[in-house]
Amino acid sequence: MLRLEVRPQPSRWMSVASPLLACAITVLLGLGLFLLLGKDPLRGLQMFFWEPVKSAYAWSELGIKATPLVLIALGLALCFRSNVWNIGAEGQFIVGALAGGWVAMQATPDTGRGIVVLILLAGVAGGMAWAAITALLRDRFNASEILVSLMLVYVADLLLGYLVYGPWKDPNGYNFPQTISFLAATKIPRLVEGWRVNIGVLIALVSVLGFWLLLFRTYAGFALQVGGLAPAAARYAGFSSRRALWTALLLSGGMAGLAGALEAAGPLGQLTPYVPAGYGFAAIIVAFVGRLHPLGIVFSGILMSMFYIGGELAQSRLGLPKSITGVFQGLLLFSLLACDTLIHYRLRFGKPHKA
Amino acid sequence: MESYALLVAASLNAGTLLAIAALGLLINERAGIVNLGAEGMMLVAAIAGFATAVHTGSDWLAFAAGMGAGALLAAVFGGLVIWLNTNQYAAGLALSLFGSGFSAFVGIGYVQEKLSTRPSFAVPLLADIPFVGPALFRQHPMVYFAVALTVLLAWFLYRSRAGLVLRAVGESPESAHALGYPVRRIRLAAVMAGGALCGLAGAYVSVIYTPLWVEGMIAGKGWIALALTTFATWRPARVLLGAYLFGFVTMLQFHLQGQGVQIASQFLSMLPYLSTIVVLVLISSNASFIRANMPASLGKPFFPGS
Amino acid sequence: MNLKSKRDLLKLAGWSTLAATAALVGCGKKEEAAAPAADAASAASAPAPKAEPLKIAFAYVGPVGDGGWTFAHDNARKALEKEFGDKIATSFVEKVPEAADAERVFRDMAGQGNKLIFGTTFGYMEPMLKAAADLKDVKFEHATGYKQAENMRTYDSRTYEGAYMAGVIAGKMTKTNTLGVVGSVPIPEVIRNINSFTLGAQSTNPKVKVKVVWVNQWFDPPKETEAAQSLINGGADVLMQNTDSSAVLQTAEKNGKYAFGWDSDMTAYGPKAHLGSAIINWAPYYIAAVREALDGKWTAGAGKHAWWGVKEGAIDMVSVAEVVPAEVKEQVEKVKAGLKDGSFAIWKGPILGQDGKEVVKKDEVADDKFLSGINFYVKGVEGKVPSGK
Repeated sequence: MLRLEVRPQPSRWMSVASPLLACAITVLLGLGLFLLLGKDPLRGLQMFFWEPVKSAYAWSELGIKATPLVLIALGLALCFRSNVWNIGAEGQFIVGALAGGWVAMQATPDTGRGIVVLILLAGVAGGMAWAAITALLRDRFNASEILVSLMLVYVADLLLGYLVYGPWKDPNGYNFPQTISFLAATKIPRLVEGWRVNIGVLIALVSVLGFWLLLFRTYAGFALQVGGLAPAAARYAGFSSRRALWTALLLSGGMAGLAGALEAAGPLGQLTPYVPAGYGFAAIIVAFVGRLHPLGIVFSGILMSMFYIGGELAQSRLGLPKSITGVFQGLLLFSLLACDTLIHYRLRFGKPHKA
Repeated sequence: MESYALLVAASLNAGTLLAIAALGLLINERAGIVNLGAEGMMLVAAIAGFATAVHTGSDWLAFAAGMGAGALLAAVFGGLVIWLNTNQYAAGLALSLFGSGFSAFVGIGYVQEKLSTRPSFAVPLLADIPFVGPALFRQHPMVYFAVALTVLLAWFLYRSRAGLVLRAVGESPESAHALGYPVRRIRLAAVMAGGALCGLAGAYVSVIYTPLWVEGMIAGKGWIALALTTFATWRPARVLLGAYLFGFVTMLQFHLQGQGVQIASQFLSMLPYLSTIVVLVLISSNASFIRANMPASLGKPFFPGS
Repeated sequence: MNLKSKRDLLKLAGWSTLAATAALVGCGKKEEAAAPAADAASAASAPAPKAEPLKIAFAYVGPVGDGGWTFAHDNARKALEKEFGDKIATSFVEKVPEAADAERVFRDMAGQGNKLIFGTTFGYMEPMLKAAADLKDVKFEHATGYKQAENMRTYDSRTYEGAYMAGVIAGKMTKTNTLGVVGSVPIPEVIRNINSFTLGAQSTNPKVKVKVVWVNQWFDPPKETEAAQSLINGGADVLMQNTDSSAVLQTAEKNGKYAFGWDSDMTAYGPKAHLGSAIINWAPYYIAAVREALDGKWTAGAGKHAWWGVKEGAIDMVSVAEVVPAEVKEQVEKVKAGLKDGSFAIWKGPILGQDGKEVVKKDEVADDKFLSGINFYVKGVEGKVPSGK
């Protein structure tokens, strides 16, 4: 009989192996899915795991897709480690895009390149402000941050709709819901001519380092995590749970807002009702699969991007349905959670020893 | 006058699906488990119900299929959080995300399908009373079922032995365990019952409310149902009232548009979500009120033998 | 089993899975050169090509099964295959979001050898422009847009003609003189349709008024249901829609009211409620465009915009119900004939705005430029056009 037995202490080795194992399980299930759909499973795997990384252009596309995921996930990892459940990163992303977009729209043909910095700062501020609402309501009124942040996602989406259909609509746009195309000066600088990847990738990498330092090398980061793992102990040690709440929400809101501004002034170049792309929710998966660790998040961000791009390619080249991406992402998270139990438990055969 | 009666009727209809899902979640939470996967369960149940209705032509089988799908997913979730002690929030989120993707995937072939003409219902005699008739008595049986469910659940929780045990498990699983109750199995039963009701609500949406399938059709109602249980402070009657209130706000935005109210339609569409936040704030601000009503072990893992 | 070997077993499993995946992927690499060619044939549904077939790709915003907008485009794509057989090879990608991702899809389509690419929704405009700028040897066709390039042109259908004909029927079928429209998104095309519907209704019943409710989506059946219900609650007994699902028609059926199908023939979704369907047939345009491409006569550039309607066979009112009186059916046929030979114009003055002032003077015919930018309601429509302040 197979059963689970508590380990005397959590296995460090499994902490690293669990995401890999989860990935392997997802791949296996995916193969089964391809076979069921009557598609060549090897071709399917190729779409997801080889095509998105086979050329420098492909890596550039991967970078564009992974950047917002990594940025948001870093902030969410901090949140989740502090036991603050920010589900509303999507809303903070939208508001960041709105704020950054607004700054971009103020540009005139004479504006210098420095406006890019302002755009990004505005994005951070916007995301922070939106997250601050959640923090305030939780702090003052004890309202669940899960529900408030989520409701605010819908509100942010509708706000975006109102602005692009109304006051921010391009007057020369034949009344279509979009803002003006942002002027060239506002475009996020690209890394290489001809490809779409931009300095967002660099910002993401710097953020990874920054968060790693914060979480593992500073007192503040330590206090945040203790607050999340053992609230009573944290209180005893004098760590303010209030400060943890605000720090976590503001930081993650800021990161999501930054991602939003990067997206608006980068690949999009304007604001449309289609700014929200689900990154705020996908980043939750990225954060978990990356073990809530900055370095792990880089890998899981790349993995998720491969799923996205692979899903697109699988659709156009193999005729597989678009929703297969969603299935893979969900399977990945589930497998991860299941494999995570192996960190605290081990599989044993036979009957338990009766002492 | 007639249009207000119809507004009431529409609100009841819109609120019913929220009420059924929220009552299911209430059972969960009373046992101490938070299932954030409501949206995912409702989506999978919606496609399961719709597909069953398409193939068998029977609404009742469709509802059963929806309940089955919901209970099955809930059981998987239950296994993860009750036996493997996975973090409840993470597992619930995983369920939601998986449910979205899976339902979209399975539903591909059904996007163009339609069901036979939906029957309309009216309670004889009562339906003809002016105003009250059209407002209350021309609804699908599921609306009356929601009311009956509320009463039944209230009775179960507060007047039956089994309900007492359930609440005990939610308040202090350690004590219940010490008294010899099979805490984990009770929790699993609660989770599955909750999943079945969420599933019923999901099937209702795709078979009766909007007899179509389109991916993502639950559109956040699962999350709103979760919010409902909190701001109804885990009491069935309040859940029902809250659901109707929410249904009213949902229909109000269209009613106001139709009346030519000069507010941008996007702001009107925000009403349901903003009102959820407002009510949440009002209810939660009295921390001791919440603490007095919230199941004490909500969200916390239980380790028998520790 | 003891601890040590269990751990080793797991390690072995983990590494071998990784190795296996890498090997599979690596093997897949070698096949890759041969794969795309075979793959294109499997993705399209044309038989084995003899001469080089023209590869054509379609980007859809919705699912092909939506029974509405995308369904209509896909039907036209199938008509293309029937018409041209093995001279072309078509493929499509559905649910391409109207955002930055679309650009990647277009580039990938071009990379797969497609030389004629159709983007079937407004939101692809900017991504398509960007792709077109870099891919000069590919021809791009953009539906419902207004920007062109040297290798990109736009096309659209005069859906307002279908809306007008629906209005003609609705005006005679309403008993409450209140009509309802479930609006999708407040862009000129939709506002034009609402106005045309109203004009059509007024031509058979000058007393009608039209109420509008916006769902702010193209395709959201639950919201469309709620919107339709609230219009019915407000007294409307004939509904029209500019959204893409059959929810409005089904709601009308449930309530014993009337409604129209939109984009495709929706009779089956509401047999008692259905009065007629205003459909779009993209096949005539697609066939003409592909023929131009095959004959080397395809040209694009600024101002190249094809706007086809009843005259070219792109718009029609079909499956008009039995309950509609014969003289109304005749009138619809007269309108169709008039549109076909050019003797009838819907937007011919005098047309009044909501404030009673003339927006199109007596006997003047509004030109396409005017029609493209319509941002106001005509007299008879209640409420204000949503556009912020």
